[in-house]
Amino acid sequence: MAVDYATLKKGGFMRQKQKNNFSLRLRVVGGNVTAVQLAKIAEVAEKYGDGHVHLTSRQSVEIPFIKLDDIDEVKAALAEGGVEPGVCGPRVRTVTACQGEAICPSGCIDTYALAKELDERYFARELPHKFKFGITGCQNNCLKAEENDLGIKGGIKVKWRESDCINCGVCEKACRVGAIEIKDGKISVDEAKCNFCGRCVKACPTDAWDTVHGYIVSFGGLFGNSISKGEAVIPFIEDKEKLLKICDTAIEFFGENANPGERFKFTLDRVGRDKFEKKILEVYNG
Amino acid sequence: MAEIDFNIDDNVDITDVVCPTTFVKAKVALEELDDGQILAVKMNDGEPVQNVPRSIKEEGHQILKLINNEDGTYTLIVKKVGD
Repeated sequence: MAVDYATLKKGGFMRQKQKNNFSLRLRVVGGNVTAVQLAKIAEVAEKYGDGHVHLTSRQSVEIPFIKLDDIDEVKAALAEGGVEPGVCGPRVRTVTACQGEAICPSGCIDTYALAKELDERYFARELPHKFKFGITGCQNNCLKAEENDLGIKGGIKVKWRESDCINCGVCEKACRVGAIEIKDGKISVDEAKCNFCGRCVKACPTDAWDTVHGYIVSFGGLFGNSISKGEAVIPFIEDKEKLLKICDTAIEFFGENANPGERFKFTLDRVGRDKFEKKILEVYNG
Repeated sequence: MAEIDFNIDDNVDITDVVCPTTFVKAKVALEELDDGQILAVKMNDGEPVQNVPRSIKEEGHQILKLINNEDGTYTLIVKKVGD
């Protein structure tokens, strides 16, 4: 029987150097795996692999040394633990995320919830080449948003609320970009300097800020053979529905314009970033 | 407004340590106090003054004031909340 490597790869079976052995990539979203899933993964690695797993560079888990003949059995066994194969090849890849505001004190957005939503929306969607989403909760950028084809970074837009302020002066020092000035008991925020990090809010003892949590979205990042930093089109997106529409637009643009095997950055370079930006702004303002 | 405006119960100087010991030293000093007592924490400009107030807030204590000592140090006035 001829081995259909493309189909196998689509289902997360990565060909190994060792003939007829596959490293099985699993579907992981936002870097979270349950204890039940872990137990099943361990069991399968023991029984069908060589007893170890590999944590990939993009938060997935791979079980190496899976034999071609065992594929169906392995899939069935994993399904018992709520585990399914992941993806590889020219399609939407694992959506990665840091722990975000659900766990991390620095987080500005619920990265995991958003990762799940994007995964449900786009999982394994066929495209001219790989397409990576990465979501990081704040400016600390633990998840390196800008190295993804589409990177999302959480932020907080702030407005001082005088009535609750005790003028302690903490925010002015908490701000790392020098955007906050206190003069005669009045606080002003320089919008040109503010990077939406939210440190002023998180440090404020009386929460004297009106806040909007939102997204800074970058496009066209890659960190492989070529290295390029994704760039934002809109400084701050406040609304999640709008964010999702912008993600839809970016993927559609890539699907319609990319040559096979061409990463998003190179499509943008070739077709024209201005053309893409126009589309994004239409959706944002529409 | 100066330190004098607050009824300080204890002082701790964290200018001689670096992160994360800065916060630990302040936390230990707070643990010595009773609920409602006030601690003055002297810290360096830069990273300590950026981060220590927030860490103390996240522990549930109440920050009252950050005083610039005009010598490269700041004094944070904190009211202990809880035992």
